[in-house]
Amino acid sequence: MGQGAAAGTPPFAAETAVELVGVGKSFGPVTAVRELSLAIRRGEVLTLLGPSGCGKTTLLNMIAGFEEPSAGRILIDGRDVTEVPPYLRDTGMVFQSYALFPHMDVFENVAFGLRMRKLPKAKIAAEVMRALEMVKLGGLERRRVRQLSGGQQQRVALARAIVLRPKVLLLDEPLSALDKNLRAQMQVELKELHERTRLTTLFVTHDQGEALSLSDRIVVMSRGEIQQIAAPIELYRHPANSFVASFIGEINRLPPARCRLSGGEIVFSLAGIELTAARRDDLALGDGQQVHLFVRPEHLAVAAEAAGGRNRIACRVVTHVYQGTHTLTRVEAGALGVLQLRVPGGAVIERAPPGSEIGVEINLDEAVALPD
Amino acid sequence: MSPRLAARLGSGLFWAAVALILAYMTIPALVVLMTSLSPSELLEFPPSGLSLKWYARAVSYPDFQAAFANGLIVTAFASTCALAVGSAFAYLIDRYVFPGRAALEAVLSSPLIVPHFTTGFGFLLLGAGLGIGRSYLLVILAHVMLVLPFVIRSVYVSLRNLDPHLERAAANLGASPWRVLSRVTLPLLLPGMAGGWLVAAILSLTEFTASLYVTAERTQTLPVAMYTYIREYTDPTIAAIAALLILGTTALIFVANRYLGLRRILSIDAH
Repeated sequence: MGQGAAAGTPPFAAETAVELVGVGKSFGPVTAVRELSLAIRRGEVLTLLGPSGCGKTTLLNMIAGFEEPSAGRILIDGRDVTEVPPYLRDTGMVFQSYALFPHMDVFENVAFGLRMRKLPKAKIAAEVMRALEMVKLGGLERRRVRQLSGGQQQRVALARAIVLRPKVLLLDEPLSALDKNLRAQMQVELKELHERTRLTTLFVTHDQGEALSLSDRIVVMSRGEIQQIAAPIELYRHPANSFVASFIGEINRLPPARCRLSGGEIVFSLAGIELTAARRDDLALGDGQQVHLFVRPEHLAVAAEAAGGRNRIACRVVTHVYQGTHTLTRVEAGALGVLQLRVPGGAVIERAPPGSEIGVEINLDEAVALPD
Repeated sequence: MSPRLAARLGSGLFWAAVALILAYMTIPALVVLMTSLSPSELLEFPPSGLSLKWYARAVSYPDFQAAFANGLIVTAFASTCALAVGSAFAYLIDRYVFPGRAALEAVLSSPLIVPHFTTGFGFLLLGAGLGIGRSYLLVILAHVMLVLPFVIRSVYVSLRNLDPHLERAAANLGASPWRVLSRVTLPLLLPGMAGGWLVAAILSLTEFTASLYVTAERTQTLPVAMYTYIREYTDPTIAAIAALLILGTTALIFVANRYLGLRRILSIDAH
């Protein structure tokens, strides 16, 4: 490719499947999406993650062509499709409500797009069967869609989209209508399906668990703006700002702290106590800087004694929430407020009943410090 | 009184009330049905015997035959025109926001408020003014207007029940706007449209008040012919033809309910 430069459009990299250039959307006085640019790489699963109303669905609808951007250009495979109607865009959308055609059976639903492309009958039948096998629905092709369970309907919707091998697969909260167990199972299947098809996928969700387990990269959005784009592990370990830190996973936000550099250590003074951390490359903090510390529940531990030792503070247990593999324990930590600990197993429930005094050790090795 | 006895008494009262209401609603039709089976030369209730001779006379009476044929012609054209116009209006009201939309809705449902007497009289004057007399055209025009609100309502409800994502899904799969309409929207509206047509047909077939004004002897529909008959004769033929009309309409509604789900068409589903 790369034909774009001559025509005056930005050069388009071959590994980019979809590119948004300064795309924004307002509904009257309300801005749904602030002008933003974003590239989806060929074959990756990119997730738009954010609370409802953050603009992620609007963005998806603009790529599919259901909404017209107020500003910017949308390129699919290097072609500017900003003015192209939805039916000529070659995107494959899976709707939250599945949107299966109730007057057609499973086969006809999956065959719909192929029929629109006027493929020969034998070819259509073969493609439909292959797609249905891929989503493990072989043998159900003559069922009415109303007779299918939620999970099966979900698979039909997927088959209907992937059978066309779209340039980009658009998934709009596809798992949110399923119950919890089924959702976990479908997550695994979505992942396997992607391994096999390698379709460029844009996945929209408000569920951070889904985003972390399915994505190659995650775009965290809030109020129509991109907060951070990163791989799941990167996002979890190094959130760019306090919104991302609190939106991805559980995290304890400590009161404002002032840094002091002391030898190989950084000392944080906050709420009358001092916490120390070894100096790290990613904690590039200056002397006297004001920061907020964010600590994951798994980096807090119950200490052997109530006080003494590094980063150890006296707390009173408030509640335990037993979760099988671990227990989420909430403690009252004086000036630090309420902290949440993730303690392996369930022994802590008997050892430290609510109301008892315990020592909590704060491990700052992986803590995040964000400027105030 | 034990609670169980009270409950039983309560449910007994309830069913008695239901039976009373049912009887009240069906008594006029039952009286006509019974009278139609009477062997007497005069309209009598209760009938003194059992006979089907008035039915034979009713179906062989030339005026009724002609009026029934007229009615079918008028109904076929009126319901079909009303369906076409009503569907277009329903689509317009459902899909587009435009100034005067509320006013349009009000005007389209006005036949529910304006008495049929007024409508018929108005069309009669209009027909005379336009020089089309009391022709089929005038009867059909009057009937289209009278049944239009019911067709619009039926199609509108179907449109409301249509998941808008279905049309988007079709477009996303490569269907042009025309194909979205022909392959998805119209097939899904079909039950609502058929139901609307049927309701329109039943109303048109049995409409009397407005038809009395806009029909001439040559174009009179069955209810008008029945009215003319009862002004001249007092034998149970009229009861027999009335019974046939009731039975025919009931059969149509039964079929509609069975195959189209009238209940679904005429009320918005909560889903």
